[in-house]
Amino acid sequence: MEKPSKPDGDITISAHQKNANSYWKENISLLLKLLAVWFAVSFGAGILFVDALNAIDFFGVKLGFWFAQQGSIYVFVILIFVYAALMRRLEQKHGLED
Amino acid sequence: MDASTLTYIFVGISFALYIGIAVWSRVGSTKEFYVAGGGIHPVVNGMATAADWMSAASFISMAGLIAFLGYDGSVYLMGWTGGYVLLALLLAPYLRKFGKFTVPDFIGDRYYSDAARLVAVVCLIFISFTYVAGQMRGVGIVFSRFLEVDINTGVVAGMAIVFMYAVLGGMKGITYTQVAQFCVLIFAYTVPAIFISMMVTGNPVPQFGLGAEVTDGSGLTVLGKLDSVLQDLGFNAYTEGTKSKADIFAITAALMVGTAGLPHVIVRFFTVPKVSDARKSAGWALVFIAILYTTAPAVGAFARINFINEVNETPYQATPQWFKNWETLGLIGWQDKNGDGAIQYRAGAPFEGTPTFKEDGRGVSGERIVLNTTTANANEVYVDRDIMVLANPEIAQLPNWVIALVAAGSLAAALSTAAGLLLVISSAVSHDLLKKTFMPAITDKQELRYARLAAACAIGVAGYLGINPPGFVAQVVAFAFGLAAASLFPAILMGIFSRRMNKEGAIAGMLVGLFSTFAYIVFFKFVSPELNTEENWLFGISPEGIGAVGMVLNFMVSAIVSKTTKAPPPEVQALVEDIRIPSGAKAGHVH
Repeated sequence: MEKPSKPDGDITISAHQKNANSYWKENISLLLKLLAVWFAVSFGAGILFVDALNAIDFFGVKLGFWFAQQGSIYVFVILIFVYAALMRRLEQKHGLED
Repeated sequence: MDASTLTYIFVGISFALYIGIAVWSRVGSTKEFYVAGGGIHPVVNGMATAADWMSAASFISMAGLIAFLGYDGSVYLMGWTGGYVLLALLLAPYLRKFGKFTVPDFIGDRYYSDAARLVAVVCLIFISFTYVAGQMRGVGIVFSRFLEVDINTGVVAGMAIVFMYAVLGGMKGITYTQVAQFCVLIFAYTVPAIFISMMVTGNPVPQFGLGAEVTDGSGLTVLGKLDSVLQDLGFNAYTEGTKSKADIFAITAALMVGTAGLPHVIVRFFTVPKVSDARKSAGWALVFIAILYTTAPAVGAFARINFINEVNETPYQATPQWFKNWETLGLIGWQDKNGDGAIQYRAGAPFEGTPTFKEDGRGVSGERIVLNTTTANANEVYVDRDIMVLANPEIAQLPNWVIALVAAGSLAAALSTAAGLLLVISSAVSHDLLKKTFMPAITDKQELRYARLAAACAIGVAGYLGINPPGFVAQVVAFAFGLAAASLFPAILMGIFSRRMNKEGAIAGMLVGLFSTFAYIVFFKFVSPELNTEENWLFGISPEGIGAVGMVLNFMVSAIVSKTTKAPPPEVQALVEDIRIPSGAKAGHVH
């Protein structure tokens, strides 16, 4: 195990537990934000509001259609790399890297 | 050189490459067989995942589907890529931390129950065989079209190749072979797309193609032209589609969640060294997938334009050679309803069902005679959607080497996916059924032997399904995704994100999700296909999208059942705590 501090008493164990809990909480809040974007570009822009967005011209393509067939995919790729980078930072902050 | 000689050369070289890799990377332990030793670089794993994921359906069928469905085809584009976001954020890093070999392994350990493990194995085997039958069929079709051998010979050749690298090399062999296959398939996909993009819009980047101006001097964009031409011919506008919002929503959701729950994709994330690598690797996988998936909508739109230009109002005798080639194979059929000798392409089915042809004799214009009952509309052509990608190089009159390349690429797509599926089937049998359930005493050596044996048997079954395709292969694609979405995905997700979820809840949820989805699809696809229309669907959701409902049912049933039964034992709760923390992943991998 590569934990930063060996838990060798009740106090450090609970400190470690607290650390793990706050890591998890921050992870969940990050997840929810990114999933909101994921939902907005695909189900939102590509499906639910596609008709309204189709009134907008985006480089010769109706914007809603563009999100459904191209735009959402580009956003998905960016989302995953953003998540990977932010999680890396979160792990370093909490000393939980693998 | 003619196209078929070149095809033999290209296919021969690529097969030699795959076999060479298999021999070089053959394995000696179960850990290497199941997870390639766990030391695969995230970018390499991303590439292998992309090849694993992009099947004959992605390579051959998707652009054709989009070409004919227009906006409705978006469900495949968003569904089959959006799942990777779920995978990267919700599953892959935690399953990597768990650090075992298979998906049923996780479900069995997390839900401290061999019953749960067995339910997962059944789901996995069902999903994977459904999927693999289509791949083997794809291999056969490509062989028969490009190498002019019969479909069965093609299937057997494909089996032999997969046997070499899946049985010898296990996950390690498959990983490196898939990297090679990815390179072949993506090159084969993008080269003709670039040519066609140049031809239709004058811009070499297909991704910019949808909004680019068509070079015919009309001043219209590709989509603008498609919308107007299609509406003139009586079709719906390309950018509008016909499916209801509820159905589009449900199908996209089922495909996304199903993608994230497919076992052969999930296991690929067991092979990277670290938890952070699992996240990165999912990102790379999607980058490699997106190259094809952002090209496909352009290929679809160009193909539809070219098809209309070359076929509509053209006398049969003046049709291009590709039209007659595909007619010979029975994937195009023409009935001269108005007797003018020219082909009218309009909305609606030209005749009832898929074409059956008269064996001998030709029609007035020299066409194959279609025996089906004629329908009342003005459309005269039947065209199978699958030919769009395969026919594209011919439609665009590209050089013969491009045709050969497309043949090699489609074989790479089908074989890489087939191999990944066969591997998860064999690991589920040897690891979860034998080692973990029925024969816990076997050694690593024996387990490896059983894994190889299981892989060989699975290839046999897959080959059989390819040669004698159950008539319903095309019908059951919805099964694989729907069932993965309704059964495996919720169980894994709750196993990570809910400490309180217990075995009673998970098993009840999986069974309810599985059977409700199964029953709905079977009812509308097999029992009463005549009722398979929007008025009869639950909430207007087609069988393709019902997995989304099954997933919601699974979550609800699990939550209720777990609330009323006792909490999981403390060691399981500790396991959940542990997989949430990335540190110690390497240590966790030693068995």
